[in-house]
Amino acid sequence: MQPKKKTLRPIVTGSSVLGIKYKDGVILASDTLGSYGSLARFRDIRRIVPITKHTVIGGTGEFSDFQEITKILRQKIIENQELVESGKEEDELLPSEIHSYLSRVLYGRRNKFNPLWNDVVVAGFEKGKVHMGTVDLWGSYFEDDIIATGYGTYFALPLMRKAYKKDMERDKALEVLRDCLTVLFYRDCRTINRYVFAEITKEGVNITEPVEIETKWEIADWQEGKL
Amino acid sequence: MELIESPLQDLKKEVSTGTTIIAVQYQDGVIIGADSRTSSGSYAVNRVTDKLTPVHDYIYCLRSGSAADTQIIASYVSYYLNMFSIEEGCLPTVKKAAHMFREFCYQNKQYLLASIIVAGWDEENGGCVYNVPLGGSIIKQPFAIGGSGSSYLYGYCDIHFKENMTEEEAISFVSKGITEAIARDGSSGGICRIATINKDGVKRRTIYGNELQKFWEK
Repeated sequence: MQPKKKTLRPIVTGSSVLGIKYKDGVILASDTLGSYGSLARFRDIRRIVPITKHTVIGGTGEFSDFQEITKILRQKIIENQELVESGKEEDELLPSEIHSYLSRVLYGRRNKFNPLWNDVVVAGFEKGKVHMGTVDLWGSYFEDDIIATGYGTYFALPLMRKAYKKDMERDKALEVLRDCLTVLFYRDCRTINRYVFAEITKEGVNITEPVEIETKWEIADWQEGKL
Repeated sequence: MELIESPLQDLKKEVSTGTTIIAVQYQDGVIIGADSRTSSGSYAVNRVTDKLTPVHDYIYCLRSGSAADTQIIASYVSYYLNMFSIEEGCLPTVKKAAHMFREFCYQNKQYLLASIIVAGWDEENGGCVYNVPLGGSIIKQPFAIGGSGSSYLYGYCDIHFKENMTEEEAISFVSKGITEAIARDGSSGGICRIATINKDGVKRRTIYGNELQKFWEK
């Protein structure tokens, strides 16, 4: 038998996840594609999922590992619930606690050379404020007001940095996200024009059904002297 | 490496179900279909394989990838499903079967080459199709295609699939797909095996090699 080979390559992958804070909360966005190499194989998957009433996670990278992370976290919530009910714990796990726990899980796996091949965005509402950040397959933990993973770090982050203002309006935040998603659709070969938005406010989590965003192709006619 | 290898070299290659498999949800349940070729390199080890493997009364799996890996996984899942359904006193849901396949494929992803489609009928949800590709993700779909021959069917399926087809329409959809894939994929061939799974049980049929519809052949 061959020796155990770990650190496998990702097979079914998801592209960028974007996140931006605004006045009343935070919005995450991603497309609904699971790529199989260059094949756009699964076109209706959910890469942003709720974990508790006040937390969502979004995943870039290997989809099976993201599903496993979802399982691990939801199991943790159930265990915590049992402690809450027996009076040993105060309340439901906070987004920052979930984020911290996940970073330990991912770092532990990296140390064993058997990573969960993901870049995960954790976002939620706690104690009247928004918490948002990422953890990646190396175990790097990072918090910020604007977040992007995958190709989004190259295309979306600069646009979001320019447009972001502390306590911006909801409509402006959505506009920024839509612009970034459009740019990503133009330039990232592993995306489709089908997106899901997840909004978290003090009221809770709301994840939309998939929507399409308008794209502009007029520049195709602007070429002069075509060969 | 020579382009045409000696036959003996073929037999040293891992036996794979280089394959075409399709599962489609229709009005009353699911229709599943597969070709019948098991290849070892370019030698057809079995030309009448049955890739439609039952794991329970109303639940089948369609296997692609390594023949050995998928056979043993299906065997384990079938064992556990039967055990649980006797303990629980009720038929398992397709979801349960699919998640069991997922567990095997995901936890052992380093060792396995298995891409499986799980399809069947249960009382709660009617016909369901779940795709468990390489890596061990689990994705529910209205229809799923897999195996090496499926590359040639993405266009065909996107154009011709409709939700809530009748049994006849769904069988036509599946059999034409398999036929076309057999025509274009060297690792798929033989006969087209089809099964209908609904509340009345499983009905199997076969379309023999020489009976397969002929499309543009030149």
